[in-house]
Amino acid sequence: MSSLPLAERRAEHPQTAMFLRMLWRAAGRRPGRAASALLAMVVAAATATAMLNLYGDVQSRLQKEFRSYGANIVIVARDGPELAVDALQRVNSALGGNGVAAPFGYVVARTASGRPVVVAGTDFASARRLNSWWKVSSWPESAQQGLIGVQAQAGLHADQGLDLSFQGRTLHVVPAGSLQTGADEDSRVYISLADFENWTGLQPSTIEVAASGGTKATDDVLQKLNAAFPGADVHAVRRIVEGESRVMGKTRLTLLSSAVLIVLTSALCVLATLIGWVVDRRRDFAIMKALGASERLLTGFFAAEAATLGAIGALPGYVVGVGIAAWIGRANFNAPVVPRLEILPVVLAGAIGVALLSAIAPISVLRRVQPATILRGE
Amino acid sequence: MFVRLLYESFRRQKRRKLLAGAAIMLGVGVATAMIAVATDIGDKISRELRSYGANLVVTPQEDTLDVKIGGVNLKPASDGGYLNEADIPRIKGMFWRNNIIGVSPMLPVRVPVAGTKTTLLGTYFSKRLTYGKDNFTAGVLGTHPWWKVQGAWPQDDSGDLLVGQTFAAQFGYKLGDTIELAGAQHRVSGIVSTGGDEDHEIVAPISLAQQLAGRPGVVRQIYVSALTKPEDELARRDPKTLSPDMYDRWYCSPYAQSIAYQLQEAIPNSHAEMIRQVAQSEGTVLSRIKGLMLLITLAALFASALAVSSAMATAIFERRAEVGLMKALGAGKATIAVLFFFEAALLALIAGAVGFAGGTALAHQIGRAIFGSNISIQPVLFPLILAMAVVVTFAGSAAAILRAMNFDPVYALRGEA
Repeated sequence: MSSLPLAERRAEHPQTAMFLRMLWRAAGRRPGRAASALLAMVVAAATATAMLNLYGDVQSRLQKEFRSYGANIVIVARDGPELAVDALQRVNSALGGNGVAAPFGYVVARTASGRPVVVAGTDFASARRLNSWWKVSSWPESAQQGLIGVQAQAGLHADQGLDLSFQGRTLHVVPAGSLQTGADEDSRVYISLADFENWTGLQPSTIEVAASGGTKATDDVLQKLNAAFPGADVHAVRRIVEGESRVMGKTRLTLLSSAVLIVLTSALCVLATLIGWVVDRRRDFAIMKALGASERLLTGFFAAEAATLGAIGALPGYVVGVGIAAWIGRANFNAPVVPRLEILPVVLAGAIGVALLSAIAPISVLRRVQPATILRGE
Repeated sequence: MFVRLLYESFRRQKRRKLLAGAAIMLGVGVATAMIAVATDIGDKISRELRSYGANLVVTPQEDTLDVKIGGVNLKPASDGGYLNEADIPRIKGMFWRNNIIGVSPMLPVRVPVAGTKTTLLGTYFSKRLTYGKDNFTAGVLGTHPWWKVQGAWPQDDSGDLLVGQTFAAQFGYKLGDTIELAGAQHRVSGIVSTGGDEDHEIVAPISLAQQLAGRPGVVRQIYVSALTKPEDELARRDPKTLSPDMYDRWYCSPYAQSIAYQLQEAIPNSHAEMIRQVAQSEGTVLSRIKGLMLLITLAALFASALAVSSAMATAIFERRAEVGLMKALGAGKATIAVLFFFEAALLALIAGAVGFAGGTALAHQIGRAIFGSNISIQPVLFPLILAMAVVVTFAGSAAAILRAMNFDPVYALRGEA
């Protein structure tokens, strides 16, 4: 059947052909009005898409920002001063790439003048990623270099380097830079983990973990770590976890209410424009009715027209909306928001729904009016 | 005649005017609510971020180096300086006193308990302090909101204790048990869980810690939770190198740095420092959330402007016949345009005022539902919003009015335009 020429196919289904032609001509005869209705549809679909896309994605973006608060899980050796040799590997496999873990080992050493100071060994690269708030004048790059906390610097006069002794072994540390945090770190000396292990013969005793991705993901990681470290004390840093869930919750609610407001406004904008368009065409309606079209056919016709408009408007709207969301993501989070395909059917259904609503409402009013009254322009 | 035309237009076309008015009302309402929420969200989120705890710490100026691992300070108790407990209320005499929302002093003491040595942390729980005529409450309930107590918080003037949950589990302490400290019996009023070092410690009213340390009226640190402005270029400058004008600006901005500086002034012989983990991260999170809301508000303004202008365009397009009649009766283009613009302005003012009231109510509702407090609306927003409503209504009507003026009256009247 599809191989038949167009004219013959039309002849076989005269009613469908007429229907389609009326649909086509309705848009073609008054391009200005149809275009403005379509434009309203596109804009509304675009804002709705942008808001839905943003709302879905913003959560993970913000969670990333919240990781600037640092570790939300801490593993501390319970029995004895150190964790197992492969501890860090086990943590990293439990994390599966979704987070950062930094090992820390601590000892109390004595300076040349006999004053006690806490020396910590860590992997500087991961500590830097984990603790973004550390204010460091310059990070150590070679062995035997250390970061000296600002309090320690003032208290120990460490400008020329420090001779630290622990259990009879001495390590000379050259200050690479100073460290300022406003907390305990200020009174410590940080050296690289390799130097620490060589010097003290000890493994790290603490691993700080920043698991990314919300409360549930953190709980999962916490459970995995608890299973992986039966002999250690694994606990969530409640201050960080609770603060995050609280602020996130409020931000999401604010976003949600804004999104609802915006989507509603744009839906109403479409409604107003489309109602105007349909009311404007009451003469078409009256002529069709006068020529003998049934009310069902008329409602069907206007509904089909509106639905087509909704569908045609929703598609470019979706594309534009994804673009807007991506731009907002780039402008605010320096990373574009990932387009979500599952929003497309929602926007499409919403657009068609609003279009149908705005076509049916004026028709139900017009149906009660005699065609003659409308045609006389009253 | 002009006024009468205007009046009659509103009187006779109530339905159309209501429809267009409703669109303006809605648009203005949404715009007002969104602007109000966006301008206030910084303050609201900033308050929520205080649940991360204190962002400033005050320590004695001539302090010795801490030797602290895993919450245990190995520094000899006699070492180091102290601050005066009596100076704490002076914090409320600072320039930014209203931004200080929590203060807790801390005094750790090593005590022998159950055959081992542990840290007893003296602090305020919820203590009433007075400075001049001001009353305020200080204590860990404000600065450490993540502390959970099973049982009851001790009274600040009692000798009751909170036992950290790990410590309690290790030594089998339960609610209502007594612990002997320096010869006196103290009741365990609660088990505290913090997810931090305090889980291994005992927490007690500060007077008890002072008594055990043998140093009445001293504290080791004061934690301060303050509402601050995210750090910027000016905040990072050293106040000593600033010109007097810049110094005033720096001093009168609620940066963590300038509040720390003022804390140092308020408390003699002290050194105040911002806790960078909290203060820095707060700035990052806050600026992201504020930026996001700003962009979303722009989207909302755009959507509501579009709703208003499309409603106006529709409303005027429907009145072609009227335009035709006026033109047929000899009205000039300018007269018609002025009439229509006046109508639009009047409509925008009336509907805008109603919409502003509605938007204010909506913003309050959002504020109460989400943050449990009202969202403050700047009065300057009212004329601004009205002006915006008029401009948007004009812009929306302009195209339709221009087209209406160019209709041939004959066609317009026959309904064929």
